Amino acid sequence: MTRRPTRLDKKFDLLREKTERGALKAASSNRALNKLASNKLAVLGLAFVTIMILSSVFAPLVTQYDPQKVDLRMMLKPPSADHILGTDKIGRDVFARIIYGGRISILVGLGSALGAALIGVSIGAYTAYKGGWLDSTFLRISEVVMSFPQIILVLMLVTILGQSLMNLIIIFTLTGWGSLYRLTRAQMLSLREEEYVQALRAFGLNTFTICFKHILPNALGPIMVNITLSTAMFILQEAGLSFLGLGVPLNIPTWGNILNVAQDLRILQNYWWVWLPSAMTISLFVLAINFVGDGLRDTTDPTMQG
Amino acid sequence: MSANQKVLSVKDLKTYIYVNNRCNKALDGVSFDAYRGKTLCIVGESGCGKSITASSITQLLPKLSRIESGEIVYHSEKGDIRIDQLERNGQEMRALRGAEISMIFQDPMTALNPVYRIGAQISEGLQYHSKNTLAQLKQISIELLQQMGIPLAEQRVDDYPHQFSGGMRQRAMIAMAMSCKPKILIADEPTTALDVTIQAQIFELIEELKQRNNTAVILITHDMGVVAELADHVAVMYMGNIVEQGTVDDVLRRPAHPYTEALLKSIPILGKGKQQQITPIQGSTPDPYQRPKGCQFTPRCPYATEQCQAFPSFQSISETHDTLCWHSEKVLSNA
Amino acid sequence: MPSQDKILYIKGLKTYFPVRKGLLRTVAAHVKAVDGVDLEIYRGETLGLVGESGCGKTTLGKSIIQLVGAVGGQILYQEREQTYDLLNLSAEEFKHIRQKIQIVFQDPHSSLNPAFTVFGSLQDPLKLYGVKSKAERRKIIGDLLEAVNMRREQMDNYPHEFSGGQRQRIGIARALCVNPEVVICDEAVSALDVSIQAQVLQLLQEIKQARGLTYIFITHDLSVVEYISDRVAVMYLGKIVELAESEALYRTPRHPYTQALLSAIPIADLDRKSDRIVLEGDVPNPVSPPSGCSFHPRCPKFKSLSEPEKKRCMVEFPQLSDATQLTQPHLVSCHYPN
Repeated sequence: MTRRPTRLDKKFDLLREKTERGALKAASSNRALNKLASNKLAVLGLAFVTIMILSSVFAPLVTQYDPQKVDLRMMLKPPSADHILGTDKIGRDVFARIIYGGRISILVGLGSALGAALIGVSIGAYTAYKGGWLDSTFLRISEVVMSFPQIILVLMLVTILGQSLMNLIIIFTLTGWGSLYRLTRAQMLSLREEEYVQALRAFGLNTFTICFKHILPNALGPIMVNITLSTAMFILQEAGLSFLGLGVPLNIPTWGNILNVAQDLRILQNYWWVWLPSAMTISLFVLAINFVGDGLRDTTDPTMQG
Repeated sequence: MSANQKVLSVKDLKTYIYVNNRCNKALDGVSFDAYRGKTLCIVGESGCGKSITASSITQLLPKLSRIESGEIVYHSEKGDIRIDQLERNGQEMRALRGAEISMIFQDPMTALNPVYRIGAQISEGLQYHSKNTLAQLKQISIELLQQMGIPLAEQRVDDYPHQFSGGMRQRAMIAMAMSCKPKILIADEPTTALDVTIQAQIFELIEELKQRNNTAVILITHDMGVVAELADHVAVMYMGNIVEQGTVDDVLRRPAHPYTEALLKSIPILGKGKQQQITPIQGSTPDPYQRPKGCQFTPRCPYATEQCQAFPSFQSISETHDTLCWHSEKVLSNA
Repeated sequence: MPSQDKILYIKGLKTYFPVRKGLLRTVAAHVKAVDGVDLEIYRGETLGLVGESGCGKTTLGKSIIQLVGAVGGQILYQEREQTYDLLNLSAEEFKHIRQKIQIVFQDPHSSLNPAFTVFGSLQDPLKLYGVKSKAERRKIIGDLLEAVNMRREQMDNYPHEFSGGQRQRIGIARALCVNPEVVICDEAVSALDVSIQAQVLQLLQEIKQARGLTYIFITHDLSVVEYISDRVAVMYLGKIVELAESEALYRTPRHPYTQALLSAIPIADLDRKSDRIVLEGDVPNPVSPPSGCSFHPRCPKFKSLSEPEKKRCMVEFPQLSDATQLTQPHLVSCHYPN
């Protein structure tokens, strides 16, 4: 019985032929980039994210409308050549609101993710390296923080601290540092036992240097992935809160704020262009970030074959 | 079936690995035979391809690799079977694996499933390959454990792997491999992870089983001492080729390949004291993706000449002894 | 040439690891990794420390260099004029000692930080010990790389660009960068290919000669240890069972464990048939070592002893002593050595 050719066979034949011709160089440094580039979804995601960020930053170049400008003559107009996505309840251009809204949403998402990372990674790295009671204490603290239903915690803090953009980022950071703490801790616990760490200890280097200068760079892979995915999560959280009117104050446009109008059943049913584009933007952006995050994880994971 | 019948013939086997979008010619034309009741030692350092040889025979290669060309012929009771032509996980291959060709692995800690009892794991192969009741299977497992020298086998058959020590786990794995009385046993560095005194026990066990069941043993190792003690035949591998092959007397007393000679001279031998001469092999093994032209050992070889730019052809030294070197005469004259 | 002056003096060293059980993680028992070790190491010698896994040799090495905390006993380090009690050092003294005793590790794949170049990895210890200028550090590291038969330029490469043997040599260069007097080689060649082992062993010999170092060579490979050591100590379950000159140990081993160990090693020489003594059973759990002589349950000689003799082995711990009257001491921890 002869073996049936599989689809991998064709790929192998191509690689073998290339090698025999000498066309394949042993370029090891670009391997990570190549791996990422060959992941189509990640590339697509990265393209979309880049476009969104650039258009938010350079908003005035993308749209000539002011997102705050009220024009009562043009209320609830459907999409047209003038207003690509129509106008909302008080005549503001929807497309402009989405583009400018992206600024705040992405700021909240990324800002919170970075803030949570700063706290979570610092605590995780140092306490996990030291071990002992310090590690146990912070572990318990993180468990308490993470076991609170996050929405309740956020709502409580919003009520106490008041609604503002800065406050929201602070609140997200304070409630969200747990997962990065656990991740960094897990990485640190395994890297702590590596022989180069023991060598550094044998030289008498101090704990901070060993922990942050030498070990942390090796743990960055999964941390970067987590930051990416956390950004997406925080954007969704902000959208949810703003939809309820509890997030960013309504005068500042964010993707979630725009959705706030969808609480009105009339708008929800009859004037789809007011809320649907924003909802789709959020979904696509979060999806794109997830693709990029997955691609990054596959690239940094040494056990995956490709 | 006569005592030392040829049971496996490998002819010009080529296995390539395609990881990271590159082609690694892990095995580049390997030929050898295995006989019942005899031990063939495949010896070489890391990266030479000895483990891939074992994986090719049992078709347990990683997903991103394949047997390019060549033949693996298993001379079974029912006739010759071309293993390289079988589907990797097809019915025929699976019928062979475990029942006629068995393999034991290097790390006994991870080779056993931690959540199943030892007895169950030992008899699993039997369950698949034969028709026995559960009670019969348990009895067979107990007998096997006793044969392997595990005390109190009736109780220990119900233990979990973590309750066994390293040496005992390796014995359990050997019991598993021998349960269906295979014709060929492939042992891939079975004692590298074990202590020296346990290693002695395991080798004694394998030797005993080989003689009792007339099994062909293919032992993969990097330790020349093991080769000297256990091997009947030796195949020395370097960078995907068998560079020298013969009986253990041929290869160890009259090495005909520069690599074999250099290897033997670079290891300290117990009992020769501090004054013995050990000469390291200069350089290091080449990157498999950037191989030298011609003979792979050329950059490190003290006998290298212009001629070595062309890949050596098969040189037959005697009926049992052959090598892949243009200068085997010179090497032999030094021995 | 080993001198007669001692550089390290170890007495009654104990290193125990607690076994914690239960909800409150209370200490239930101790793993007695090093259980009362007496050892004197002479300046300029290579002392081989051998044994199988779990015997405590690595823990002993790490206890000396303080990577692991000893719980009892004494380690004295003797410099030209001054003696340091390694288990009771002030911070100042500690910093000084860390320069004097260094370690080379086993695994070439994890012994170097993958995120740093060789220069990056080696410059931190130099910075700590007062080499202020970057140029000077580059010079020192370049010299070290040349001392281990590598090229200066290679200090700007990353670990993954090197082979296992090269990485091990970088590890040796790292240990040397603070000019130590004692280097602990913890299975320094065990993870290397056989032909590369020879290269690294030769290098270690050269460096020792050139710099007048003292080596503690920890390994499970007895063939290597015979070749490289002046004296050899055999360990079993946390204690030294035999200590002698290298040749004496291999020619006339006196402890039954040493005899079994030596006979178990496969020899790559067809003209020598080994009379293998196969030990039964497995190494006992170091949490609860057997009473008296910890080897008696597996000892081949035990079976041939009389009843009162057996009783002695089971109850009384044999002190490490020298019954012979030879010039070079050959210490054995056995009631009935050969």
